[in-house]
Amino acid sequence: MTISEEKVDDTILEAKRHPMDYLLRWDRLPHVWCSGCGLGSVLSCFIHAIAESGIDTKKIVVVSGIGCTGRASGYLDLDVFHTTHGRAIPFAIGLKLANPELKVIVFSGDGDLFAIGGNHIIHAARRNADITVICSNNFIYGMTGGQLAPTTPMGAWTSTSPYGNVEPNFNLCHLVASAGAIYVARWTSLNARRLQASMVEAIKKKGFSFIEVIPPCPTTFGRRNDYEEGIKMLEFFRENTIIRHGIDPGDAELNLGNKIVVGKFVDKEDKPTLSDHIARIQLFAKRR
Amino acid sequence: MSKKASIHDVLTGEHYISGNEAIAEGCLAAGCRFFGGYPITPSSEIAERMSRRLPQVGGVFIQMEDEIASIATILGASWAGRKSMTATSGPGISLMMENIGLGAMTETPFVIINVQRAGPSTGLPTLVGQGDVMQARWGSHGDYELIALSPNSVQEAFDLSIEAFNLAEKYRTPVIMLTDESICHMVEKLIIPTKSKIKIENRKKPTGSKKNHLTFKPDADMIPPMAAAGEGYNVFVTGLTHDTKGYPVITPEAQEILVKRLCDKILLNEEKIRLTEEYMTKDAKVLVISYGITARSAKGAVNLARKKGIKAGLLRLITIWPFPTKLIEELAKKVDAIVVAEINNGQIVKEVREATRKSVPVVLSSKLGGTVHTPKEILAKIEEVKKK
Ligand SMILES: Cc1ncc(C[n+]2csc(CCOP(=O)(O)OP(=O)(O)O)c2C)c(N)n1
Ligand code: SF4
Ligand SMILES: [Mg+2]
Repeated sequence: MTISEEKVDDTILEAKRHPMDYLLRWDRLPHVWCSGCGLGSVLSCFIHAIAESGIDTKKIVVVSGIGCTGRASGYLDLDVFHTTHGRAIPFAIGLKLANPELKVIVFSGDGDLFAIGGNHIIHAARRNADITVICSNNFIYGMTGGQLAPTTPMGAWTSTSPYGNVEPNFNLCHLVASAGAIYVARWTSLNARRLQASMVEAIKKKGFSFIEVIPPCPTTFGRRNDYEEGIKMLEFFRENTIIRHGIDPGDAELNLGNKIVVGKFVDKEDKPTLSDHIARIQLFAKRR
Repeated sequence: MSKKASIHDVLTGEHYISGNEAIAEGCLAAGCRFFGGYPITPSSEIAERMSRRLPQVGGVFIQMEDEIASIATILGASWAGRKSMTATSGPGISLMMENIGLGAMTETPFVIINVQRAGPSTGLPTLVGQGDVMQARWGSHGDYELIALSPNSVQEAFDLSIEAFNLAEKYRTPVIMLTDESICHMVEKLIIPTKSKIKIENRKKPTGSKKNHLTFKPDADMIPPMAAAGEGYNVFVTGLTHDTKGYPVITPEAQEILVKRLCDKILLNEEKIRLTEEYMTKDAKVLVISYGITARSAKGAVNLARKKGIKAGLLRLITIWPFPTKLIEELAKKVDAIVVAEINNGQIVKEVREATRKSVPVVLSSKLGGTVHTPKEILAKIEEVKKK
C-alpha cells in the first residue's frame, strides 16, 4: 500500500491532537485573542462541557454577537452563527422555536449581552426561552479598545472614563435571576473545573440558564487598572474569590477591591419553557 | 403534520377581506411557518391574524420585545429551516435595518412586510405614505441589493405574498413587500386558489458530503445551496466578509468577490424577477409611472386623459427593486414625456430620470403623505407635460 505524503502528515497531526479537538475548527487557528486573555480557557471549558454533556453535537448550535467573546463561536466545529452586536439572543430564540430539537447556546460578551442587547436578555429570561447564555464579563468593551461597559466597576479606568467610571455597574447574575432565569452561576476563568461542571448543568437544563464567567482581559481592562498581565489578574482571582453556592445573587455584587463571590446561585426545578407553551398552543389550535 | 393542518394553510375560496389579512393568508399559503413581530399601525392586523392562524398549521408566532429582536429572530428561524417573516411600518422598519444587512450578507431568505405610513419619524401613523422606497433599497449600511414588491389591490397583496416568499427562497435574499396603509386597510374581494394551483419555490439544499461543507459556495447561478442548523453540515455563518466556507476574510479581494456576487445575483436577474403591468402604452406619448395605491389613481388619470384625446399610458411597477431600468429606457424612446406619481417628495422619479438619461422630460406628481392622489391631480401633470 502506498501512502501519500499528505496522508502521513495528517496522521502525525492527528496523533498530536487533543481528544477534544474534533470540536474545533483547526483551519481557523490561531485565534485572534491576546496572550494572557482568559477567553481561551473559557472556550476550552466549553468544548469539554459539550463533550461531557453527551448531547448529539449535530443538534448543538452556538450563537454569538460581536466582540472578542463573540469570536468564540467561530472556532467551533458545530453549527455556528456570528450575528450582529447585541442580537445573538433573539437570533437564538428564532432557531430554537423554529426547531425545538436544537440545543441552542449563546456565547457572548458583557457589553453585547447587557448594554446593546440588555433588553433581549431580560425578556429571554422572563419567557423562559429554552437556551443557555454564557456571558464572558471582562468589565469592558474589549474588541473596540477598552471603553466603558455597563459592567465596569465604579472608579475603574477605561478609554471613555478617563476620570474614572462614575456609574454603578450591573450585577448580571442578579439581573437575570430577577428576570426569571432558572439556572444562574458565576465563575472566574480560573475556576476551570467548576466552570465546566456548571456549563454541563446549564446546557442540560430545560429553560433559560445563565453563566457569567470572568476572564482576565489584560489588554484593555487590565492595562488601565493595575492588571497589565493576565497572570496578575489570575492571581487576584485566586486570592480573592469566594464560593457561595445558593446565595441571593443580589448579595454578590462585583466591586473594585471587594471579594469576587462566585458559585451556583440559582438552580430551580424545570418549569414549562417557551417552546413547551408554543407546542401546547399548536395542539390546541389544530384541534379546533 | 395532520391532514387537517394542511387543509387549513390555504383557505381556498372567495373572501371579502383587507389587504393586511390577505397578506397573512398569502404568506401562509406560501409556506410561511414563523412570524416574529412587534405591533405597529398600520401593520398590526397581519400579526394579529398570524397569531391565530400560525398555530393552526403547526407554525410559530412570537411577539418580540421590539423590531430589532423581531428581525433577528426571523433570521434565526430561517436558518433553522422555516420560512419566516415579520410585518411592520415606519419606525419599526427603521429599527430593522442593521439586521436586513445581516440577512443580505448571510443570504438568509425571509420576508418583511412594510405597510408604509407617512414619515419621517412618527409622522402620520394611521395614514398612507410611500416614503420608504429608497430606504427599502439601501437602508442598511454598505452595498447590497434585495427585492421589493408593491401590490395595488387586495388580490395582488395575496398573490405577491406568495411571490415574495418564492423569490426569497430562490435568490436567498430578504424580500420587502413595500405596500401601504391604503392597500392594507382596504377591503376587497379575494379569490384564493386551490393549493395545487399555487406554485411554491423552496431553497436549494446541499447535496454533497456533510464533512467540510462549504456554507457559501455558490452554484453556477450565483446562489449557494442552504443547509439548516441541525442537519449535520456545521454551517458557518458570519456578518463579516467571508469566503465560500463562510470564514471571515478581512481583505479587499474577498470583499470584491463576495459583495459583487451578492449584488449580481439580484441585478443580473432583474428581467427574470421583473413584474410590471402596462396599460395603454402601445401608442402612448405621455407615460405615467406609478406603483402601489397610487397606480390606481394613475390608471384613472390615464383614462381621463384618453377621454380628452391625450395619448397617455401607464407603467405600473410591481417589482420596485431591482429597478426595471432597461424596460423604462426602452419605453422612454417611444414617448414625449414621463410623469411619475408617488406619495413622497420624489424617490422613484430619480431612478426613472437615471433610466431615461434625460432623453425625455420626467416630471413628478407628488404628495407628501396622508392621502392618495386624485386622478385629476395626476391628469394635471399629464396635461402640463403634454403641452410642452
Ligand atoms: C451596532 C454596533 N455598535 C457598535 C459596534 C462596535 N462594537 C463591536 S464589539 C463592541 C463591544 C464588545 O464588548 P463586549 O460585548 O463586552 O465583548 P468583549 O470584546 O469585551 O468580549 C462594540 C461596541 C458594533 N459592532 N455594532
Ligand atoms: S482585548 Fe481583552 S478580551 Fe479581547 S482578546 Fe485581548 S485580552 Fe481578550
Ligand atoms: Mg466585554
